[in-house]
Amino acid sequence: MISARGLRKSFGDFEAVKGIDVDVRRGEAFGFLGPNGAGKSSTMRMIASVSPVSSGELRILGMDPATDGPAIRGRLGVCPQEDTLDNELNVFDNLYIYGRYFGIDRATCRDRAHELLEFAQITDKAKAKVESLSGGMKRRLTIARSLINSPDLLLLDEPTTGLDPQARHVLWDQLFRLKQAGVTLVITTHYMDEAEQLCDRLVVMDKGLIAAEGSPRELIDAHSTREVAELRFGVGEHEALADKVEDLGERVEVLPDRLLVYSDHGEEVVTAVLERGLHPIATLVRRSTLEDVFLRLTGRSLAD
Amino acid sequence: MATTDARPTTRPSGALSVREGIARQYDYWLTVYKRTWRGGVANSFVTPLFYVLAMGVLLGGFIEGDPDRLEGATSYLAFIVPGLVAAHAMTIAVSETTYPVMGAIKWHKTFFAQLATPLAVRDLVNAFLCFVVFRIASACAVFMLVLAPFGVFETWWGPVLAWVSQVLVGSAFATLAFGFSARLKSEEGFGLLFRLGVLPLTLFSGAFFPIANLGPVLEWAARLTPLWHGVSLSRMLCLDTVDWSLAALNAGVLVLLCVVGWRWAVTGLDKRLEV
Repeated sequence: MISARGLRKSFGDFEAVKGIDVDVRRGEAFGFLGPNGAGKSSTMRMIASVSPVSSGELRILGMDPATDGPAIRGRLGVCPQEDTLDNELNVFDNLYIYGRYFGIDRATCRDRAHELLEFAQITDKAKAKVESLSGGMKRRLTIARSLINSPDLLLLDEPTTGLDPQARHVLWDQLFRLKQAGVTLVITTHYMDEAEQLCDRLVVMDKGLIAAEGSPRELIDAHSTREVAELRFGVGEHEALADKVEDLGERVEVLPDRLLVYSDHGEEVVTAVLERGLHPIATLVRRSTLEDVFLRLTGRSLAD
Repeated sequence: MATTDARPTTRPSGALSVREGIARQYDYWLTVYKRTWRGGVANSFVTPLFYVLAMGVLLGGFIEGDPDRLEGATSYLAFIVPGLVAAHAMTIAVSETTYPVMGAIKWHKTFFAQLATPLAVRDLVNAFLCFVVFRIASACAVFMLVLAPFGVFETWWGPVLAWVSQVLVGSAFATLAFGFSARLKSEEGFGLLFRLGVLPLTLFSGAFFPIANLGPVLEWAARLTPLWHGVSLSRMLCLDTVDWSLAALNAGVLVLLCVVGWRWAVTGLDKRLEV
């Protein structure tokens, strides 16, 4: 579906994407995980065939965005990071009119818009102004709009940023259903839980480059331990205490508010810490996540 | 943001024909029109009618209707009407292609949403301008029809052609202002455009008085403005005083401005939306 080789994007002197290789296969959910400014959105816009490739090779659905842009865009669904819904149109018209841009006939557009309102669970809002919708509803409407042309490939740029947890879960459920229906999804996110939930395979991006690639499980297995012991001490003590627990795990990360000790046996780490006479304010043993992978690969947390 | 990319020069596959590109946006613009036509009536019809009454009828009552001094008009009302409608076409054109263009780029991001579909920048500009031209054409048509009973037109065919000339001058300004708006980063620039562009043009391009009154230097400066070409054409046609070589020049300049302006609008928006 997507194949990129040495893909680059520059804005003047600034290089946002510095040569990446990516392959996305039919029917999979593929993720770009990385902090803000990693080059995810620039990559997405090149894939969406609205932003020209600076250098390297890019093929979408077997076509070249430089020469086949309109044909590619006709088969893509795009859910942009910022809502671009038309606030002056009602909910139904946002879907209907968007469908017309794809050259879909009026009757089909109407049917499709009704189906999608149902899918997005906003049928009762069909005649409402977009402005009156909640953030979660707007997001669902944006996704519904991106499906109006029954796309082969759906691009979702930060689909749940700014949503409350409940709205996120509703949205994830809908993306799951799309995936099961065979739609290929490409998702960018800086939420590791979202990437773990939704993606079959992902790349971790940092500073315009790909730092690692694989399924969430593979990445965690390859770059982290099974468990992590989180130790919270008093303010400013973490740096000094790191030396005292260093030998208890494979690796120790110092964060401003806690120490992370990486070990396959987290509980044993906590017991050993207490035996050494150290008294953390709080402890937590958890499984490794993609956040840990990212920390390992880049030395920074995703929130940075 | 400036990029180092080169745009392809060949026509991309799946690119829409001009007609198809516009047709796909018909429902959008129809919805916009249904929502905004009421406000448009006040702006595009009531306001200029006030001008006609205040300046043409009331102020005109103090002005001697001497055809030699009024470019062939037998009354000040007959003199002012063709120019006023042409200036009005310009005002509508500029109003419809300033804030609405910036809105579609900056505030509502309509253009970005539209560009994620098979539509291209050229298609967006074409449909937008078609809508604006429709607004100009309908406003000027209504205006001319209402003025007909005032006895200000000499022939039946002259005002019809004058209406075409008003649409032409409006179109020229629409394309130029679109190009300007597409390049403008902040809406503050519009204040300058209206104060230093639209207002002086309205006042000094021959709509309200013969430009011969400006003196030789300023008269020539006025002749160089796009609006004067529209006013001159519109007036000659309404008063049946057509100098066909001058009319050809006026029309030629306006058509040329439409072509250049369209190009300017497309390149401006293309650059602006490139991310």
